[in-house]
Amino acid sequence: MTAVRDVITAVLLPTGAAFCLLGAVGLLRFPDIGSRLHAAAKAQTLGLLLILVGASVQMPLHYAPVLLLVALFQLFTTPITSQIIGRTAYRTRGLDHRLLFGDELAERLARDGTPVDETNGTPPQEEDAER
Amino acid sequence: MTALYLVTLAGVAAAGLLTLLRLVRGPRALDRVIALDVLVTMVIAGTAVRTAMDKDTTALPVLLVLALLAFTGSVTAAHLIEKREGMR
Repeated sequence: MTAVRDVITAVLLPTGAAFCLLGAVGLLRFPDIGSRLHAAAKAQTLGLLLILVGASVQMPLHYAPVLLLVALFQLFTTPITSQIIGRTAYRTRGLDHRLLFGDELAERLARDGTPVDETNGTPPQEEDAER
Repeated sequence: MTALYLVTLAGVAAAGLLTLLRLVRGPRALDRVIALDVLVTMVIAGTAVRTAMDKDTTALPVLLVLALLAFTGSVTAAHLIEKREGMR
């Protein structure tokens, strides 16, 4: 039984760590907030989930649910956080519109008659440290 | 088995360091919010690995609190940034 547990942990923990590392690399190297958000969410959901499951296998049985609760909570909250940050980035012109394949929100806003900000297409300044 | 835990911890720590670099660089406040969120996630992951390694369950409630704080903190910060930049 211990051997089975150890195998599960040995597979899940390094995989989770790899996902965390790749997410962090993406967070560092991707060009704008939208793509950084995308990379960060991978580390936050899949990376943390794998590590928590791998760790909970090693726990006494009545402590494992706490880790699973953390994993469940993270699974629920990460999409919410990403959506809110993405929306804020869109409204404060944090997205690089040259990187987008389409902008359905702008099309819809134009159709509804909402004035579209003309400066929305300008890319963010890379060294704009004040904001 | 200990080597495995150490490799995992090293990976998570490296991820945390890269995230910290993004936190320092910015360039916008939202980038820092994302980086802080990921950093807290890395702390959760590292603490979970340590808990499994030492078979010491003292830090388990901390994980729950951290998960809760990361969520509320990021949402609040994003909201405040939107309010501030909307004024300009």
